[in-house]
Amino acid sequence: MEFFRYLGAGTRESFTKLGRGSFFLISILAGISSVCVRPRLLLKQLHSVGVLSFLIITISGLFVGMVLGLQGFYILSRFGAEETLGVMVATSLVRELGPVVAALLFAGRAGSALTAEIGLMKATEQLSGMEMMAIDPIKRIISPRFLAGFLSMPLLAALFSAVGIIGGQMVGTGLLGVDDGAYWSQMQANLDFRGDIVNGVIKSIVFGFITSWIALFEGYDAIPTAEGVSRATTRTVVNSAFSILGLDFILTALMFGDN
Amino acid sequence: MDNFDSTQNSLVSVHNLTFSRGEKKIFDDISLEIERGKITAIMGPSGTGKTTLLKVIGGQLFPAKGSVTVNGRNVHHLKRDELYTLRKRMGMLFQSGALLTDMNVFDNVAYPVREHTHLPESMIRSLVLMKLEAVGLRGARDLMPNELSGGMARRVALARAIALDPMMIMYDEPFTGQDPISMGALVLLIKSLNTTLGLTSIIVSHDVHETLAIADYIYVLSEGKVIGKGSPEEIKQSSSEWVQQFMNGAADGPVHFHYPAKEYMDDLLHSDKPFKPLSSRQRPPSDRHAKRKRYS
Repeated sequence: MEFFRYLGAGTRESFTKLGRGSFFLISILAGISSVCVRPRLLLKQLHSVGVLSFLIITISGLFVGMVLGLQGFYILSRFGAEETLGVMVATSLVRELGPVVAALLFAGRAGSALTAEIGLMKATEQLSGMEMMAIDPIKRIISPRFLAGFLSMPLLAALFSAVGIIGGQMVGTGLLGVDDGAYWSQMQANLDFRGDIVNGVIKSIVFGFITSWIALFEGYDAIPTAEGVSRATTRTVVNSAFSILGLDFILTALMFGDN
Repeated sequence: MDNFDSTQNSLVSVHNLTFSRGEKKIFDDISLEIERGKITAIMGPSGTGKTTLLKVIGGQLFPAKGSVTVNGRNVHHLKRDELYTLRKRMGMLFQSGALLTDMNVFDNVAYPVREHTHLPESMIRSLVLMKLEAVGLRGARDLMPNELSGGMARRVALARAIALDPMMIMYDEPFTGQDPISMGALVLLIKSLNTTLGLTSIIVSHDVHETLAIADYIYVLSEGKVIGKGSPEEIKQSSSEWVQQFMNGAADGPVHFHYPAKEYMDDLLHSDKPFKPLSSRQRPPSDRHAKRKRYS
């Protein structure tokens, strides 16, 4: 009996939270127009959310690409198809690993920082203080951060894929002796702009949207204590990871399910 | 002072306000009048919802019943932009100061002015320096909030609260956690701002001596009710046992030292259910008695 009670209470709690989150999202979107009037707010956030994530994205992309080069070469060479290494590396990066891994890293690097920042602003009454000064914190604080996350994510994912392809090339042609011309020309011939690249970009846009939303909502909804903010930060990373991987499956099934 | 309870001269009127948080009734049918140009103090132990009252007056929280009128307008019936227009004329000083941590003192004070007006930067500069001069921190304009002491942060916040020349200021626990010197400075500031700018001030506090020294009128709250009101003299002479306990800081009295619990012996002898901690939202403030002890 107790079990059902907890189950019911838990479900109800999740749905109320989803409801609060949706209202929050609507007010964020409504606040975006006022960000356009103050581009400076957006630029500052683009720097802290996007530019400061450059390093982790570049280094991770490089290593992921290098590992792909090694593993791909190992399998492809068994069938004598080393020349298609470029296709393999680029396809897996552009379609899957670029958007997904970059989004996971983004959630860990920028998402958690956003949650902690907003949560602490709430705990130190800064948000409440702005409201009492008749300044809407959603418009001034939340919306610029949301927009920054949403705009940065596709760019970071593209950077991740690009660096990864170079990493694969370094290992494949530099270390393992795949022909450089074949690496690039095969890639060029077999990668479809609409089918591969655009779909990858759509994925990263969706992930950027969902990660920024989760991170900001968890911060805004956090219990304003040290413990509450720490929990919210954890939830951001965990929930973002789940949403990214779950949505990735759905999107992949929709985009590539019929070929 | 005779016709104080009439609504004639009051800037803020709270009528039959009831506010609950979960199961707990924070306010149970209370009514208050805040007179124009006066310093009105709202006192009571921690956890009686004094801060909540300020947030209800500021329109951040909605009451279950009753009404709050500020300057003749019902705060909770206003549209969003009307409420914001009203809030520009209500300053609030938060306990923590609530300064924005990513900008320096000058920009913090300039922030509401820049947001709400289109004044040229030179005029904003003079305005901000005047406000900072009023709180004695003109020289600290380039410091960041994390470089300020608690008392200085509160004074900067005060400068920010008066930046838009409001008609009233709400002080949330202005004296808590201050050393004697900053406390003295704040008492002086609140008093002088009130007289020189003709502000109406609402002070929420549990610091008996400082509050009695500057307040014109005092309401004492407990358990969601107004249990005492009057001028500082009247409050000191109050026959209510409760008010006396609060004013003298006695550890036990009508307000019990112990948080409600079952029989002590019972509790020691029977281990019933496994210990289940309250969630942090429900947890009673643990410093409830520690703070009051200062006056005993």
